[in-house]
Amino acid sequence: MNRIKQLFEEKKNILSIYYTAGYPNTGDTIQIAEALEKSGADMLEIGFPYSDPVADGPVIQASSKQSLDQGMTLKLLFEQLKDLRKTVTIPVLLMGYVNPVLQFGVEKFCEACAEVGVDGCIVPDLPMVEYEEFYKDCFGKHNLSNVFLITPQTAEERIHKIDGLTNGFIYLLSSSATTGKNLEVGNTTEAYFSRIKNLNLKNPTMIGFGISDKQTFDKACSYANGAIIGTAFVKAIADGNLEESVSNFMKKFKA
Amino acid sequence: MLFITLGFNQGKKEKNMKYKVNEKGYYGDFGGAYIPEMLYPNVEELRQNYLKIIDDADFQKEFHQLLKDYVGRPSPLYLAKRYSERYGANIFLKREDLNHTGAHKINNTIGQILLAEKLGKKRIIAETGAGQHGVATATVCALRNLECVIYMGEVDIERQAPNVARMKMLGAKVVPASSGSKTLKDATNEAMRDWINNPVDTHYIIGSVVGPHPYPDMVAIFQSIISEETKKQLLEQTGSDQPDYVLACVGGGSNAMGMFYHFMDDENVKLIAVEAAGKGVSSGFSAATTYLGKEGVLHGSRSILMQTEDGQVVEPHSVSAGLDYPGIGPQHAHLFKTGRGQYVSITDEESLHAGLLCTQLEGIIPAIESAHALAYLEKMEFKGGENVVVCLSGRGDKDLDTYIKYFNL
Repeated sequence: MNRIKQLFEEKKNILSIYYTAGYPNTGDTIQIAEALEKSGADMLEIGFPYSDPVADGPVIQASSKQSLDQGMTLKLLFEQLKDLRKTVTIPVLLMGYVNPVLQFGVEKFCEACAEVGVDGCIVPDLPMVEYEEFYKDCFGKHNLSNVFLITPQTAEERIHKIDGLTNGFIYLLSSSATTGKNLEVGNTTEAYFSRIKNLNLKNPTMIGFGISDKQTFDKACSYANGAIIGTAFVKAIADGNLEESVSNFMKKFKA
Repeated sequence: MLFITLGFNQGKKEKNMKYKVNEKGYYGDFGGAYIPEMLYPNVEELRQNYLKIIDDADFQKEFHQLLKDYVGRPSPLYLAKRYSERYGANIFLKREDLNHTGAHKINNTIGQILLAEKLGKKRIIAETGAGQHGVATATVCALRNLECVIYMGEVDIERQAPNVARMKMLGAKVVPASSGSKTLKDATNEAMRDWINNPVDTHYIIGSVVGPHPYPDMVAIFQSIISEETKKQLLEQTGSDQPDYVLACVGGGSNAMGMFYHFMDDENVKLIAVEAAGKGVSSGFSAATTYLGKEGVLHGSRSILMQTEDGQVVEPHSVSAGLDYPGIGPQHAHLFKTGRGQYVSITDEESLHAGLLCTQLEGIIPAIESAHALAYLEKMEFKGGENVVVCLSGRGDKDLDTYIKYFNL
């Protein structure tokens, strides 16, 4: 069974961590994955960097740029992940923009994901119609989940359509915003989270964008199966001892 | 589901849709809307409404009234005598440089500001490279009393100070884009990020035929006034509305698309698009996208772009800020791939010399962008008597510093 499915069947209040591959140093990708699993992360989203990340705020833009400047490529990332499954058991997704995938080759990309043990992908600028027509079969063949995003502005009909196309979880954006904005759970956000909860979607949901501490995490978990932390984590590992930074950061959520 | 048939445009003037956008938002292999979900509602709202709004009689009336009384259209089609003698062909210049604000860019911003009003938007954002589109956007925002925010690369803010001052004087807020290479591409990224963070009341006026569908089509429609007028003017002046050649420079490609638009289906009219070779196509400092680029996705559409093997966008170079862009619009990619358009390139030096030549032969100082199109005349061979239209997309006032430095004036 796909590791993502299994996780959602077995656990509640899932904590998923995003980080940029090759940041702060090119060789850190696997070490961060191992440290995160050790300190209690339930799922990982490894970002493959892109030169023009329009959905990202300053922190993830900067980590992407640094990683690229240091020589990171998608090809190198798959080499780094070659032995991923020798030490990492939790679900792993790759997250990034569509152009590097296109240049790598969609078929080849799916094969490489399956080979190293990646369980799914999040490609924010890949439209649903394109996915359906050109990617879905390939993803299915390699048992990869594809995760779509929804925002407070996403119409209900479209949410159901997304639910039908997804087979992992749905990424619920707390607001229409680039990554790294703080979550302010006001009445409208709560109404939106409740609205989604009441749709009884077939897929589990994860709340992302703006989760930065235990309080916002718990709040998110009351409406969804868990939450995703990205910017706050990327900031936390910018310097210092990597393992200590990871473990200190994770302690805040596991208290 | 994403793309519903554009019903209201059926049976209209479009006799041939070979080079126009299809119901899915594509031109052959190119186009589409590669956007994160956060932008979907805005882009979808636009897609559902743009043709309906543009085709409306009241909109057309107001649009054309403003083009006439405010922009100063129709722009002349001028038979350049001394150019014609030099090349042994009839060289016509389409004088977009005479428009208010000095370039073709205002055709599009007038159209989009009226459209934004119809959609009930209160706030306008735009990206700009050299500042021409920024000025054209700030101008229409002043005209219609709408809030205006312009994103401009930090590097461009420094090298285009007069246009920054113009935008500020017009009441726009100019926000520096400090990410990436700090030029046009990054200003575009910042504008898209602004739109993501302001999903309800804001309209993004993209300045070229790039971006997610329907932008390339919408901007092309607004710029198509250039070829619409040219056809009428040619008929009056030559007795035929079909020239032998049409030339225009291409960065993202909006003046070229406006210039080609009504000639695309006239297969005997040769379309020549001139890209910026920068310091030479193999120098590593170039913006010759069709020569150096590969198919891929940038700024919301599938097109041809300059990129690494890993799919990272490569920094372009051109002496002309308006051509300093690593991609081309999807419709251009289609014209290139099908062979309908011939895509060539001109170096920085060639363009500057062509700018000086135009000034000395015809008394017109062209923008360095437009000078790229003029420079290609030197490379063409004419039998004699051909009719050739060159789009003089903008005036050279903004480029005086560059001309002065290069020629030690």
